[in-house]
Amino acid sequence: MKKILFIEDESALQKTLGEILKQEGYEVISALDGEAGLRLADPPADGKKPDLILLDLILPKVHGLDVLKKLKEDEETKKIPVIVLTNLEEIKDIDKAIELGATTYLVKAQYSLEEVTEKIKKALGE
Amino acid sequence: MDFKNILNQLNIISQCKKHSLPLWQCPQFLFLIMGIIIIGSTLITYAIGTNYIEEPELVALIAILITLILFVIAVIITRSFESLAEVSRMKSEFINIVSHQLRSPLSNLKWTIELLMSGRLGKIEEDQIEYFRILKENSGRMEGLVSDLLIVSRIETAVLPLKKEETSLENLINKLISEFQPFVKASNVEIEFKGQKDLPKILTDPFQIHLVIENLLDNATRYIKSGGKVKMLLEKRAKNLYFEIEDNGVGIPKEDQKYIFQKFFRSGNILRYQTQGSGLGLYISKAIIKRLGGKVGFKSKEGEGSVFYFTLPIE
Repeated sequence: MKKILFIEDESALQKTLGEILKQEGYEVISALDGEAGLRLADPPADGKKPDLILLDLILPKVHGLDVLKKLKEDEETKKIPVIVLTNLEEIKDIDKAIELGATTYLVKAQYSLEEVTEKIKKALGE
Repeated sequence: MDFKNILNQLNIISQCKKHSLPLWQCPQFLFLIMGIIIIGSTLITYAIGTNYIEEPELVALIAILITLILFVIAVIITRSFESLAEVSRMKSEFINIVSHQLRSPLSNLKWTIELLMSGRLGKIEEDQIEYFRILKENSGRMEGLVSDLLIVSRIETAVLPLKKEETSLENLINKLISEFQPFVKASNVEIEFKGQKDLPKILTDPFQIHLVIENLLDNATRYIKSGGKVKMLLEKRAKNLYFEIEDNGVGIPKEDQKYIFQKFFRSGNILRYQTQGSGLGLYISKAIIKRLGGKVGFKSKEGEGSVFYFTLPIE
């Protein structure tokens, strides 16, 4: 079963998107802030690393772009594809995220739940 | 205030960027220009004065007086520009922050409704579907308004970025027409589109052009009686692509026509028909077309319909 780490502080989104992804057969791990996200991305030796990370940008404790930077600098996590899922749509944020290594940048307001799910499945090669 | 802060304050270009203003409207730059004018005036006054007035003390006094007056004027002018710039920046920042803060709960609402309506959590009763649709439509309206406000704020701070690519306007229009099909079918409105053959692609921002045409099509199909007709035309005229959309809807009263591109303006006669709409669509459309190097205009007669058109340069 593929594992998705969902780093998002809005619990409503954790519940809705998380529910659909579970119904699609994925294991979903939630992190409600940047610090927890970084910790869960690189679990202890016996833990399975996520196959994909969904990353919001406006996060408590550590900003999403800083989380992305750290993920891509760490040998253990740099190969995990990251989809940025945010409502920030300034060009500077998009460019920065892509520059830091995000696979895809999705603006929540522009996509339906099903469309986002399809993009996640595509990123996981399904 | 430490040294770095002082140096930062003296960096005119970065201070002007902070206000998102062109140099000639930037208070710090204006103050620098006024300073140069004051120094120049002082030297000229002194040079002229020494030619005509014998007492050097009198010349110096006149020069100092003129300098002081010009300095006071300069301070007043630049302070008022500074206040205006700061108010404008705060207003745009407020809209930006509020819009982003509103977007989070709206996304939550939108996706929760979608999940409920998808049937994934269980079948929805027939008599509940209509109410879910109302929830979905209204959360969509709020999202649309927040998006419009964000665009307006970016237009006003001149940071609406352009992402240009080779675009077939004809394909874009055809795609929009198919998106509008459910709505026009339900309203019994006919859409006709005549695109000239072999039209060139143009280098433009397809997302922003999509917004413009969608807005014009929305206006044309929304304020029209059942059995109405909307005709669109796209052709090459000299060095431009010309787009026109004609409807036989309610038209715009003559006294409202000069306000039609203003922010939040909604003509009295359409308010009678329905209350949806932010009044930002035409303001945004005009700003986008202007930024893309084109022109926008319209003709309208109340009770008979309207023709809206825009041109975009091919190169």
